[in-house]
Formats: sequence, C-alpha cells, structure tokens
Amino acid sequence: MSLLFTNARLIDPERGELREGDLLVSGGVIQPDGTDRKAAAVINCAGMCLAPGIVDIGVKVSEPGERHKESFRSAGRAAAAGGITTMVTRPDTDPPIDTPEVLEFVTRRARADSPVRVLHMAALTKGRAGREMTEIGFLRDAGAVAFTDCDRVVEDTKVFARALTYARSLGALVIAHPQDPGLSRGACTTSGKFASLRGLPAVTPMAERMALDRDMALVEMTGARYHADQITTARSLPALERAKRNGLDVTAGVGIHHLTLNELDVGDYRTFFKIKPPLRSEDDRKAMVAALASGLIDVLCSMHTPQDEESKRLPFEEAASGAVGLQTLLPAAMRLVHSGDIDLPTLWRALSLNPARRLGLPAGRLSPGAPADLVLFDPDAPFLLDRFTLASKSKNTPFDGQRMEGQVTGTWVAGERVFTR
Amino acid sequence: MTFRARHLLGIEHLHPVEITTVLDLADSYVDLNRGARKHGDALAGLTQINMFFENSTRTQASFELAGKRLGADVMNMSMQASSIKKGETLIDTAMTLNAMHPDLLVVRHPQSGAVNLLAEKVNCAVLNAGDGRHEHPTQALLDALTIRRAKGRLHRLTVAICGDIAHSRVARSNILLLGKMESRIRLIGPPTLIPAGAQDWGVEVFDDMKAGLEGADVVMMLRLQKERMDGGFIPSEREYYHRFGLDAEKLAHAREDAIVMHPGPMNRGVEIDGTLADDINRSVIQEQVEMGVAVRMAAMDLLARNLVADNAAGVMA
Repeated sequence: MSLLFTNARLIDPERGELREGDLLVSGGVIQPDGTDRKAAAVINCAGMCLAPGIVDIGVKVSEPGERHKESFRSAGRAAAAGGITTMVTRPDTDPPIDTPEVLEFVTRRARADSPVRVLHMAALTKGRAGREMTEIGFLRDAGAVAFTDCDRVVEDTKVFARALTYARSLGALVIAHPQDPGLSRGACTTSGKFASLRGLPAVTPMAERMALDRDMALVEMTGARYHADQITTARSLPALERAKRNGLDVTAGVGIHHLTLNELDVGDYRTFFKIKPPLRSEDDRKAMVAALASGLIDVLCSMHTPQDEESKRLPFEEAASGAVGLQTLLPAAMRLVHSGDIDLPTLWRALSLNPARRLGLPAGRLSPGAPADLVLFDPDAPFLLDRFTLASKSKNTPFDGQRMEGQVTGTWVAGERVFTR
Repeated sequence: MTFRARHLLGIEHLHPVEITTVLDLADSYVDLNRGARKHGDALAGLTQINMFFENSTRTQASFELAGKRLGADVMNMSMQASSIKKGETLIDTAMTLNAMHPDLLVVRHPQSGAVNLLAEKVNCAVLNAGDGRHEHPTQALLDALTIRRAKGRLHRLTVAICGDIAHSRVARSNILLLGKMESRIRLIGPPTLIPAGAQDWGVEVFDDMKAGLEGADVVMMLRLQKERMDGGFIPSEREYYHRFGLDAEKLAHAREDAIVMHPGPMNRGVEIDGTLADDINRSVIQEQVEMGVAVRMAAMDLLARNLVADNAAGVMA
C-alpha cells in the first residue's frame, strides 16, 4: 500500500534542510520523487512537520524482572505516541541481558508486543559486575547492537581494556557511562551551593571528565568503537573534542533532561528530578545545548527509566533514580528549538540520523530507499502535561504539570501507522 | 499573627519577623521555666508525638519537657526499634501515626529531606528535630536566643562557626538564621570539612583558626561527626585538635567578651578544650541547653495556635 504525504514541512537531517513538500511511501520504504502517485492514499499534513522517526538509544524496558514498571507493550505504545520508531533497549534488567538466551527472550517479547522497532543492547560484562566479559560474539550474532554495563562503570581497567580489545575484533560498539566510581560513590546530586544547602551527598562534575579521560586513553590503546552514553558537564567537552580530533572512533550522547532542567529543579527534595548522572548547573546545561547544536555531542536520547511510585516516594537519598521520557522527549526537545538554541534539522541529526548511523541502521533519513519510519507533529501545539495520561506504566516524569509545545499527531513504522492522535 | 508557618521544617522558609516572634515568646518561657511552678496550658489537650529515627537523648528530652510544661500529652517513639525494621516505608509510618490524630509531630531522621516528605502526608504540625545534614531549626533558634540574651542583639555580630561544617545540620540552620538577621558569618575548618560551594552562601571561609577568630563576637564550635564520616576527612584527632580545637590561646584572637557555644554533645579534647567548655565566664553551653526548652515551648505554642486557628476556619468553611 502506498501513502502520499502532502503539504508537509519535511525535516531532512541528512541534507540539513527544512523544506515544504510531499513524500511518497510504498513497500515500507521512501520512494524517489517522480514515482507514480496515482494509487497512493493521501495524507494532508496541513503544514505540520514530517520527520524521520526518532532512534532512541538507552531505553529501559523493565522486562524481564520488573514488568509492573514497564513492558514492551507499554513502552512501545509510549514510544509510538512520542514519535520514536526505534527503541534501543538497555540490558540493566533483572536478570541482566548478558547471555544469548536472555537476549532471545526479550527479542521474542519485543517482537510480539511492541508496535515500534526494538533493538537490544547487551551487557559488556557478566551480571554487569565488571569482572568477566560477556559472550560478545554470540550476543552480536543474536542481534545485540551494542554492549554496555549501563550506569555501572567497569572499574578494573584491565577488564575494560580486554573487553574493548575483544569488541574491536568483532567491530562491536561499546557504550559506557563515564563517571569516576570513587568520587561519585553514594552521590545523588551535583556538588555546589545547592547540594550543600540541601545536605545531600554530591559528586563533582570533574568525576565525569576523569572517567572520560580514562576511557579515551583505553580507546586510543585498543582502537575500539566507543560511545559515551551521557556527557553532561562542560568540563568533559574539551576531552571529547580532543578525542574526536585525534581520529578516535568516539561519539557521545546526552539525555533530554540534562538539556532542559538543572540542579535547582530538585527544589524541596522532589524525587522525580533524581536522575543519573544528577542534574547539573545551569552553566553546564547551556554548555550541553551548545555542544549538541555544534555537533560535538552526537546523540540526544530520552534515557527513559521507569520507576514506580513506591520507589520514588522515599527520602531523596533512598529514592530510585531515573525518569520516563519516551513521550516527552520530542516536546521537551522542542523547547530548545523555540528558545532559538537549535534548528530542526540539526536537532533531528541528534534524535534520528546520528544514532541510526552509529548503530549501522538505514533509518534517520528521508532519502529514497530509507525505511518509512516517520513522525508527523505540530511543533507549536501547546499542551499541559498530565503524567497520568502517559502510556508508560510508570508515570515518573519531571515535566508533570508543565506547559509544553510540540504534539505528535501520527507515527509510522515501515509505512504502517502505529499512532494516531 | 506574626508567625504564619504551618510546620517548622527549617530556617530557610522563615521570615526574620517570624524568627523574632519565636525568640520573644521564648524569652517569656525562660522566666516561666525559672519559676517554682513551671506549668503553662498553651498545649493542654493536644497530643505531641516525638518520632526519632536517629538516636538522641538531649533533643528528645528537651522536646518532651517543653511539651509537658505546656500541658501536652507527650508520647515518645523510638523508631529505630520499630516497624521501619520490618520494612515499612516512612510514608506508611506517617500515615499510621496520622490516623491517631496527633497535633504536633516532632521528627528526627538520618536522611536529608525526610521530614519535608513526611510533612506533606500528615495533617498535624511537623517540627523538624534534625534531618540528615539538612536543617535543625530549633537548634539555630535556641542558639539565636542564647546570643541575643548575651549580646543584646542578633545583627551586626561577627559569628565564627568552627569545625565539621560539611556534616552539620546545625551549621546550615545557623548560617541561614544569622544571615537573615544580618550578622556576619565566618566558617572555619579544614577544607575537607567545608561543603562545596560554601563560599557562595554569603559567608567568609577560613582554614586558619586564628585568622578566622580575629575579632569574633561569638565562637560556635561544632561536634566532629565521626558517625557520619566514611573515612579520611582529617588525618587524626590530635592533629585536628592542634589546628582546629578551641583552646584559650586560639580564643585570645576573638574579642575579649566573645562567648563560646557548642550544640553538644562535646568531644572534649577533640574540638574543644575541657576547661574552656566549663569556664562560666566564656562558655554559654549550659545556657544553650536551658534556652532549648524555652525555644521549643515557644515554637510548639505558635504552631499549635496556627493549627487551632486553621481547624476553626475549617469547621466554619
């Protein structure tokens, strides 16, 4: 079946342009201009934005282990409603995804239940314990697109160096969370005036830089393909810039919350604002936005981390970290567009094209032959976010009750409509 | 009404006028407490529950005595030994207690912010008796009353707060209170015990005790909180005492009439010389304890008045 999107503002991150036009889709892929359009069903976009669907690296779906927090069905629906057409899931489940058997289980679950594409990452070390590498070869053959211990740092440099070396021989991508384990132990805020007044244990932003420096040295040594999951402090940026300039195969991501919120949002111990790494200063936030706009930071993701009410209704130090983000990533990112910090094609490079390229996927483009994974949205439509309207099983969003702009009206995966507003 | 707060969770949200109101009322309770018959009836018929999730002898006794002297029915609950150990969450514990209709809930908890969380879930007035490293408002109020009675004012004084600032909720509440009352604050301690960002609090920071004490009107010593330290903040207690322990020689750099304070319990020979602590010409440590009862009576009295007024308004509405 063919679809013709007419009267659209097309966001083309590959060509870096925003243009008015039509887009023809057939056989699940985008068709070249000039193809016969007669048989196509027409969707009038009425001047709204049509863009490649978001590729979100680092989504936590709580299967297996904590299905009451999130399942593939609920996460998939939330993703579709948020314009995300590919979820790349994290292996920090219980048990962790560290064997081909567990990977096979989640692959099957995702295929049965999720309306959007799901790819899986696997753990880099067994049990994410940082001692022995997982069966990287088998896991890759079974479909793992990247290897990561998520928020756990492989402290033993020898273990990490070996894993990087082994991964390199297979061309596998390693994703790491740069955070010096000693300095960050027990911390739940960023050190500074605010954290000290609140009496909360805090970590210096330097802890991120130190760990990134270590990782860059190991990448230089091993030649591995490396992606830093979240770079959140200004102090890390020169180290990242230097590594890229020296030709290391390095990319970096940032979560949407670090671009739109800062440490002061925690206020009187609001645990929905407790995330990992902790929210940073306003100076750091601005530096991250600038780094995203300049392309130094490659990938913008939701860092979707569902937590139930019980794990958040605790004193701040004891409360669980993380925030849901599948449905709020797009409207929150639109804040950066509306503030004039970034334009739509550049934003979409970070949301869609760059993550797809890093994982070797054909998505993220509007070129002929690219998969027809698309999101149609009104960038200016205002709404008041009510967390209980979210499709996720968990409702832990820091944006509850906030005014947002940018509403998804339709999402397509391989030309099939998976969401209608 | 010049005291509008519903809870006393910290100094942060108090207005200077509210602080003065508490201190003025506390002054009158000092007189009551010094009389032969120490009974008022401001809290008659009200129920006060002291919930201590962390060990305390002095603060709990002070709150208990304050409540009893004003006629409240006081119950002490040592939460360390209770349902928390059985896995009940803080919120559940709060809801259970709330169902018993207390009027005043006095809470101490080892986690910063825990008392704020609890206050959101109950109908009664909540008094923070110390939460983690965050605040200890009644301690700051009793310190302020002690200073005001000794110096006649709270503004334009130079107050040196010395020692383990990083782990101290007493320091945070005192810095907030003295700042609101427009005194000049100095923090003195080894840099490992000065919290990050302290220089942005509108205070001066010193790591040389003698320089920091120069010309001070008030010298406030803090207890070295060994139980909150996970290793390696200071090289040894003897080196700490040598550099930051208060003795007569270091005190000579402060003003001649400077008073010496300590929130207790003291580590004699670690942060303060024992003889100096007992010197009735310099040390007001015993008076601080006395002021503690009066300030807590005043705070609970004022909160109870607001509570009764709120309830009356609720009945009429």
